[in-house]
Amino acid sequence: MLLNMGPSHPAMHGTIRIMLELDGERILNSEVEVGYLHRGFEKTCEQRTFFNLLPYTDRLNYVSPLINNLAYVMTLEKMLGLEIPERAQYIRVIMSELSRISDHLTCLAAMAMECGAFTVFLYKMKAREFIWDVIEYTTGARMTTSYIRIGGVRADFHPDYQESLTKAIAETRKVLQDVHGLLDKNKIFLNRTRDVALMPAEEALSWGWTGPCLRSTGVYYDVRKAHPYLVYDRLAFEVPLGERGDNFDRYMVRMKEMEQSLRIIEQAMKKIPETSHRVMSEGIEPVQAIKASRRKKPKERIELSPNLEGSEKEVYKDIMNPDRRFVVPPKEDTYTSIEGLINHFKFFMKGHGIRPPQGEVYFSVEGGNGELGFYIVSDGTDNPYRLHLRAPCFHVVSALERLIKGRYVADVIPTFGSMNMIGGELDR
Amino acid sequence: MEGNFITTKFNSILGWARKFSLFHYPFVTACCGMEYMSAACAHFDLDRFGAGWTRFSPRQSDMLLVVGTVTQKLAPVLKTVYDQMTEPKWVIAFGTCAVSGGIYDNYAVVQGIDCVIPVDVYIPGCPPRPETVLDALIKLQEKVQNQEQEWRWKRRKY
Amino acid sequence: MEEKKILEELAQRFPKSIKETSSLFGDETLVIERDFLLELARFLKNKPYEYTMLLDLTCVDYLGQEPRFEMVYHLFSLPANRRLRIKVRLKENDLAIDSLTSLWKNANWLEREVFDLFGVHFRGHPDLKRIFMYDGFEGFPLRKDYPLRKRQPRIPLRK
Repeated sequence: MLLNMGPSHPAMHGTIRIMLELDGERILNSEVEVGYLHRGFEKTCEQRTFFNLLPYTDRLNYVSPLINNLAYVMTLEKMLGLEIPERAQYIRVIMSELSRISDHLTCLAAMAMECGAFTVFLYKMKAREFIWDVIEYTTGARMTTSYIRIGGVRADFHPDYQESLTKAIAETRKVLQDVHGLLDKNKIFLNRTRDVALMPAEEALSWGWTGPCLRSTGVYYDVRKAHPYLVYDRLAFEVPLGERGDNFDRYMVRMKEMEQSLRIIEQAMKKIPETSHRVMSEGIEPVQAIKASRRKKPKERIELSPNLEGSEKEVYKDIMNPDRRFVVPPKEDTYTSIEGLINHFKFFMKGHGIRPPQGEVYFSVEGGNGELGFYIVSDGTDNPYRLHLRAPCFHVVSALERLIKGRYVADVIPTFGSMNMIGGELDR
Repeated sequence: MEGNFITTKFNSILGWARKFSLFHYPFVTACCGMEYMSAACAHFDLDRFGAGWTRFSPRQSDMLLVVGTVTQKLAPVLKTVYDQMTEPKWVIAFGTCAVSGGIYDNYAVVQGIDCVIPVDVYIPGCPPRPETVLDALIKLQEKVQNQEQEWRWKRRKY
Repeated sequence: MEEKKILEELAQRFPKSIKETSSLFGDETLVIERDFLLELARFLKNKPYEYTMLLDLTCVDYLGQEPRFEMVYHLFSLPANRRLRIKVRLKENDLAIDSLTSLWKNANWLEREVFDLFGVHFRGHPDLKRIFMYDGFEGFPLRKDYPLRKRQPRIPLRK
């Protein structure tokens, strides 16, 4: 009997079609069809400048958007040879760990809901809202932020960010404790996930698995430890490993990784270097500043609009690299001096702007699903010649047919849920 | 609306009943799905509007919530799902990709689902905030209340 | 550095088939002949090099240059923690190359993706068919001569 688990289905992961050939309830063969969310990311990026395509990278792995931003920006910085100020590195680490926690929360919430544990879904969404509140406080948007820019980050933290961040961490810890109590020794959950869809370690490597799925089989590979980037070599954290590579191990590795991410955030909050004290005083509006600076620079400080809060000139040197070829000048300079205006104009003009040297580069970071890599070929102009994304869940999902063969139909759901398939990343 | 006092009153009562018990089918594809999950959960509740219970089958639902980008490969599936729903039915296009193709203007994306099915309420935003979603739901409820309702023994004008 | 030694060793061992080696931006790269790919991959997978994982496999279209296409493979060695990039150039009228599915299992879907988007044929692939685009789509979207906005709708659209 042929059963079609069609593209539009209640599993809240994305559009994927699984065609099953059944004998009663046993699966004899299966075929997975992807591509229902192929949005032409790679071809669209060839028509945009390097700076303009940041929003497209947000929407790839949309549950952890800041990590995709980070991967793209670090690839370009490797090509351009830019150094990032230290405070910006710590901010990037905190933001990407928050995104990682949000990714794991969403994945496990959906997996638990499909197994029937609806309460776990609601609890984890509550924790995710606290994290998204912190992200919104800093970046301005809940999900698709385009916050991590070439040369640093877009804006600094609010002066009393530590309060809201500590509260979010405490809430998340409480939720994780509750979920451990609900699911870890739950007979129904164990029956559905223990010893289901086993994957041995050598085969996982042959399938190209990375990230939590590979670590659940017992292989110690984490890009943050193997090729440390940003300030991860100064922070102490462990990498949890599983034993058997079944669904329960994948669930457990993700739960433990969230605890380690919380540890990283707390350490980074203590170690982050101080910035110069931001003066929140009265100033003049940009329009007035442009008028007043026709003859000479205005003496008063100009006041930026509220959505540029955090990128004032005093903190700019702490959050962005000062190289004017690749980084937008601070807005005070743009509005009051002619050099700043020309710099800003030339940055955004077509044909000028960021023009990396000719060549190609590959760089990868540890995404929520595994090794997220970008391969950029540049021909010296301001558009990338070819941009390719190494999507971690593409390799994980390609093993789905092998994992569900011989099992029951009901095993497809927790298996598929534990793989954390994200449609935007899988299909680009 | 034409008709006498009883039919208009019955109309409005039926509209009141229908608007507060909308069963929706979430056709979730992409990033907006995360905001849909946020809007449906505890912080921004869809349940207090009566639209909380998600029906995972188009034949049992009367509102189709198209969330996220619809590609050319997925368009026939969307049409099939829409045709499977029974009257009366409403469609909400959630997110800019469903409204007009969004930032993706290329070979693979349908430029707005109104190229495929008729739409009642459009929600812009990339992704829209959950408050916008609730506002759109209230607008749909107004529309449901004010439109001419269908009921079984009503005489159709041919 | 260890990586440079590997490049030199490989260049010494296969002087005829390895066309050039480079390490721009810190990434080790080899450019090789097409028929040598399977042998080199098999050689690299075994000890002592042990490139256990095929990280990525993609294609770049250099429209206007001859040969037009270039296949790029990224290999990763877990015990030694290093990466390697292998590039092969293909001509437009002879767009076929050996498949690596016998060595790494994820090459299956990766090669299907390159076939779907560029039209490169892989010899020895068990099931080469489209993966992202649908049946009835004509052309290969990621080639430089395919216009970005050329749509081929599956069902008649309303407006």
